[in-house]
Amino acid sequence: MDPSSPGLEGHLAQRGITRRQFLRFCGLMAATLALPARYTTRIAEALSTAPRIPLVWLEFQDCAGNTESFLRATDPTVVDIVLEVLSVNYHETIMAPAGQMAEKSLQDTVEQFPGQYIAIVEGAIPTKDGGVYCTIGGRTAIEIVREVCRNALVTIAVGACAWDGGWPAASPNPTGAVGVKDAVPGLKNLINMPGCPMNVANLTAVIVHYLTFGELPATDSMGRPLFAYGHIIHNYCPRRGHFDAGRFVEEWGDEGHRLGWCLYKMGCKGPQTYSNCPSVQWNEGTNWPVGAGHGCIGCFAPRFWDTMSPFYERLPNVEGFGVEASANRVGLGIVGGVTAAFAAHGVVSAFRARRHPLAAHEEEGPPVQTDGGD
Amino acid sequence: MRRRIYVWEVPVRLTHWVNVASIVILSFTGYYISNPYIAISPREPYGAYFMGLMRYIHLVVAFVFVASLMLRTYWAFVGNEWASWRGLFPFLTAEGRRNMVEAIRYYLFLRRRPPEVAGHNALAGMTYMIIVTLYFIQVFTGFALYGWLHPVSIWRALTGWVFLLVSVQTVRLVHHLIMYLLIAFAIHHVYSAWLVDMEEGNGLMSSIFSGFKFISLEQKPDWIEQKPRVKEAAPTSAGAEESPA
Repeated sequence: MDPSSPGLEGHLAQRGITRRQFLRFCGLMAATLALPARYTTRIAEALSTAPRIPLVWLEFQDCAGNTESFLRATDPTVVDIVLEVLSVNYHETIMAPAGQMAEKSLQDTVEQFPGQYIAIVEGAIPTKDGGVYCTIGGRTAIEIVREVCRNALVTIAVGACAWDGGWPAASPNPTGAVGVKDAVPGLKNLINMPGCPMNVANLTAVIVHYLTFGELPATDSMGRPLFAYGHIIHNYCPRRGHFDAGRFVEEWGDEGHRLGWCLYKMGCKGPQTYSNCPSVQWNEGTNWPVGAGHGCIGCFAPRFWDTMSPFYERLPNVEGFGVEASANRVGLGIVGGVTAAFAAHGVVSAFRARRHPLAAHEEEGPPVQTDGGD
Repeated sequence: MRRRIYVWEVPVRLTHWVNVASIVILSFTGYYISNPYIAISPREPYGAYFMGLMRYIHLVVAFVFVASLMLRTYWAFVGNEWASWRGLFPFLTAEGRRNMVEAIRYYLFLRRRPPEVAGHNALAGMTYMIIVTLYFIQVFTGFALYGWLHPVSIWRALTGWVFLLVSVQTVRLVHHLIMYLLIAFAIHHVYSAWLVDMEEGNGLMSSIFSGFKFISLEQKPDWIEQKPRVKEAAPTSAGAEESPA
């Protein structure tokens, strides 16, 4: 590091961020990563001495929701610190250049820093018909993502779309949309941060983890960091006590809803979703969906538009019964049908027993004796 | 004349009734867990743990059910021929196929008498193959959902791969629908047992309590039996082999 440089803290001071705020940020990151408090100083040291890593943020079939999540931090320190530690060279939504100049920034980063930049991908990549459904500057998304991610130090797929296709890939997936892991098969150093959107606290924590320890955090079998996706929401939900007690909201705005009871019967997917939402929460810890009285829709889960809908029912519908029917209606139909079938069989059997008593058909052997001797 | 024959051994009867009790309890608690229909609404925040209790009962009884299945599986290999695993696959032998056709004819009113068997008929055997398959799917999905709640557990290690193939909601749906299939089976099972008990007149219903059936002296070994019955040679002097009433 250049000794004449004012360093990270100097840069932060110029932005009006005190050392106290900086350490508070480091403590927040240690907590998000579920690290002991003593790692706060280690994170602070690592961030202060880390070289500025170039970062490119690609957007494909997306709604910029993850960008919104990234920028929507009410407390400016998180974004400021990230922007100081990293050098965001390319981000369509927030960068000053446009058109050819913008694309040149991306090309320059890929060519000048091969294997040294962080690539963040937001949005799904269409593959059908040669990938024509998403092109930037005349190049298809799949072409761009393969070139940029294969040359990157680390790739972070943010949001449900970049993970497994998300909304664009929801049935019937007209554009053949896929996530980064399928668009760039065999990609090393890929970390997935699904969510609609992902939580900026988790994204920042992944980057901080990489800068501090030189490696990506541990992931689960789906490539999601365990610190953020390691536990189901239900186990850490502040309404869990009402669930265990058996107190449920029956309809929106009823007494239970006003009293903050469990949203299980309103279709909450908290028991099905792995996320640290209850502890990290959103918008700088302001609140989160269940805290605001709405059930979780499972947006951190695989293919959640298809698998977690209907969002206001506990169980998915059973397809193939004309209009999709609820599981309980199908089940009761099966039970009722079997009962009716055997009741009819019983009636016929009873008539037959009257008209053709078994004794008349006893051709073999003597009639049954009931003397009990044996 | 009929004679008493010992068909259902103790482990068969024991696991049958443990299964009955546990399936009833698991169905009620399981349905409550999926759709808590009993309103518990004291305003006080203390004193109620009803969902917790239902889940506790469901999990404990689930392990009882698994223990019963394990015992029954073991007995399918060491028990008598009517307890054998071969009973689940009647279509593998010509005799089993023939008996199955006869049973179908009986149920379709094409034959007056039910096929004479000491154990269960071949069609029932194939039904149990389906039921046992449903049991194992139910146990697997149950442990998968249990492991879902405990991501660092042996249950998750054993079953977690399923979530790479299908979503947790699908697993829940399968677990839920199999409950209805088992209820439908139970209705069929009781009805058919009642019907055959009346028409065969061999004490079928009481046999699952006592283990004994009453079969006619001329009755041939049924489709499952590998070797002639010991008593078959001398049916008149069977008293020594069979315990008195």
